[in-house]
Amino acid sequence: MSEQSPIIQMQNIQKHFGSVIALAGVSVDIFPGECHCLLGDNGAGKSTFIKTMSGVHKPTHGEILFEGQPMYFADPRDAISAGIATVHQHLAMIPLMSVSRNFFMGNEPQKSLGPLKLFDHDYANRVTMEEMRKMGINLRGPDQAVGTLSGGERQTVAIARAVHFGAKVLILDEPTSALGVRQTANVLATIDKVRKQGIAVVFITHNVRHALAVGDRFTVLNRGKTLGTAKRGEITPEELQDLMAGGQELVKLESSLGGTV
Amino acid sequence: MSDIAQTSPATDERVKDISPLRKALIRPELGGIVGTIAVFTFFLLFAFDSGMFNAQGVINWSVVSAQFVIIAVGACLLMIAGEFDLSVGSMIGFAGMLIAIFGVTLGWPIWLAIIITFVICVAIGGLSGWIVIRTGLPSFIVTLAFLFILRGFTIFLPQIIERKTIIGGIKDAAEGDWLASAFGGKVFGGLFQWMGDAGLIATFTRGTRAGQPVVDGVPMLIIWALVLMALAHILLTKTKFGNWIFASGGDAEAARNSGVPVNKVKILMFMLTAFCATVFAVCQVMEFGSAGADRGLLKEFEAIIAVVIGGALLTGGYGSVIGAALGALIFGVVQQGLFFAGVESSLFRVFLGVILLGAVILNTYIRRIITGER
Repeated sequence: MSEQSPIIQMQNIQKHFGSVIALAGVSVDIFPGECHCLLGDNGAGKSTFIKTMSGVHKPTHGEILFEGQPMYFADPRDAISAGIATVHQHLAMIPLMSVSRNFFMGNEPQKSLGPLKLFDHDYANRVTMEEMRKMGINLRGPDQAVGTLSGGERQTVAIARAVHFGAKVLILDEPTSALGVRQTANVLATIDKVRKQGIAVVFITHNVRHALAVGDRFTVLNRGKTLGTAKRGEITPEELQDLMAGGQELVKLESSLGGTV
Repeated sequence: MSDIAQTSPATDERVKDISPLRKALIRPELGGIVGTIAVFTFFLLFAFDSGMFNAQGVINWSVVSAQFVIIAVGACLLMIAGEFDLSVGSMIGFAGMLIAIFGVTLGWPIWLAIIITFVICVAIGGLSGWIVIRTGLPSFIVTLAFLFILRGFTIFLPQIIERKTIIGGIKDAAEGDWLASAFGGKVFGGLFQWMGDAGLIATFTRGTRAGQPVVDGVPMLIIWALVLMALAHILLTKTKFGNWIFASGGDAEAARNSGVPVNKVKILMFMLTAFCATVFAVCQVMEFGSAGADRGLLKEFEAIIAVVIGGALLTGGYGSVIGAALGALIFGVVQQGLFFAGVESSLFRVFLGVILLGAVILNTYIRRIITGER
C-alpha cells in the first residue's frame, strides 16, 4: 500500500476548545484500500480528530490534504460531497422507516410523471435489495422497517449506503462498541468487503481485538497526541493495549487480574 | 415487483415469515378502517330510518367530516414531521376575523381580503415554526402561547373596531366575488337537478323552490377536503419531500446527518397547518356570512384526535393522511349520527375520549410490531 499516495493527510492537527487542548499536533496519513484503525481510550481525542476530518470542527492549527490538495471544509456537507462519509455509532438510521427509505434518505431517486417529480420507489427498492444482498443481509422486503434489524445489520445498512453514494473515505465511529459477538463479526466482515473495493476505512474503536481483526495500520491516540502508527504484524495486542492505556499502569493491573483485560 | 422477487436471495432461516394478515395489520390506517366500518355499521343498524342516509343527511355529515379532514391533513403532516400545533382553533377564529375586518369594515374586495388573510396566517404559522426551531422549545409550549395570543386578538380586534364580537355582512360583500365562490360555492348543481328530476333524490314540493332538489350541489368545502387530502397523500408517500417529512419526525438528528434539511421541512409543515386552518376559516365565514370571536374553539384537539385515530404516532415519524381523513370521517359521522339517532349530544364527548384512548393503545401496539419489539 505504501507506494500509493495517501487520500487524506492530516498534518500536525491541533484543536483547542477554549483553554482545553483536545488535540496537540496529530499527523496521520490515510491510504485508499486500507483499514486504518484509530485507537484510544475515552477522552483520548478520537472523536475530536474524526470530527475534524469530517468537517464538523475546523482545526486550530495544521492542515488537511485531500488527494494532495489542501482542503477547508466549511461544514460536514462539504466533506460528504468530497467523498468523506461518517457512519455514526447511533443516529444513522430511523427505526420506523423502511430500509429502502432509510437507504435513500437525503439522496432520493426521482422519476418524472408529467410535471411532477416523484420518489422512484421501484428503483429504490431494487437497489436496496441488491446492495443488502451484496453485504450478506437477507431482507424480508425493502419495506421492512429498520427497527426490526439488529444493531450490526443497521451498521451494515449505513455502511452500504455510504459506499453506494460514492464514499472514498469511510469513517466508522465505534461501530462495534454496542454489539454482540456475531454482530461484531458481521460488521468486521463488511469492513473487509468495503476495503477490498478500494475505499479507505477509518475504524475508530477502543477494542484491540476488533482492530487487529481487520486493521492494516494502527494509530494510537493518547491525551491528544499520537503515539505513532504501526503496521499490521509490527505490533502485538499487548503493546497496543499498553499504548492505549498510556503505559505502565495497566501492566500492574493486568497482573493482578490474571491477564484478562 | 417481480424483479425484486428475482433478486431476493435464498431465504434466511432466522427471518420468520409473517402471515399476510399480520402484514396487513401493520399499517397506520388500520384503526381508521376498523373504526369507519364499525361506525357505519352501527348507524346503518340504529339510525337508518332517521334520514341520515338520504341525500340531505349524507351531505350533512359529509360537510362536517370535510371540515375535520381539512384541519386534520395539516395536523397529520406536522405530527409526522414531529411537531404539534395547538393554535389551529385560534387560527381559524383569527383568520375568519381578519377576512371580516378587511372585507366588511375596511370594504376591500373579498378576494383581496382572502389573499391577504392567507399571507398573514401562513406567515404566523411560519413564525411559530421558526421559534420552535430556533429555541429548541417543545412545539407544544410555543403553539400553546399562540393559541392564547391569536384568540386574544380575535376577541380584541372586533371589539375595538366595531364594538361587537361578531362581524356580519360578509355574504353581501362576497356576492359575485370569484375567489369567494371557490370557498363558499357549490358544484355539480346540474347533476343534482337531474337526480331530483329523475326522482333519485327528494325535491321541494312547496314554496319558492318547488321542483328544485333538496340538495343543490356539493359544497366547495368537500372539494377542498378531497383535494387537500389527495395532494397531501401524494406528497407524503410518493415524493422526496415526503421522505424528508418522515425522516424529520423519526429522528431529526439522524436525518440531519444524512443531509435532510430538517428545519426547513418542519417550518414548512407549520405553514401548511396554518394554511389548512385558513381554508377552514374562509369556508366557514362564507357559509355563515359572519365571523365570530369564538369560532374554532377546541378544533386543535379535534384535529389531533382525528390524526391519532388515523394511526399517526404522537412522537412523530409515522402516520398516514388517508388514516387521518378516515379519523375525520369517523368524527363527522358520529357527531351528526348521534343527532340523527336522537342521542344526547353531550355523549359525543364521551365517545371522543373513549375512541382516543383506544386508538392510542392500538397505535402503540402496532409500533411495537413495526420496530420488532414483539
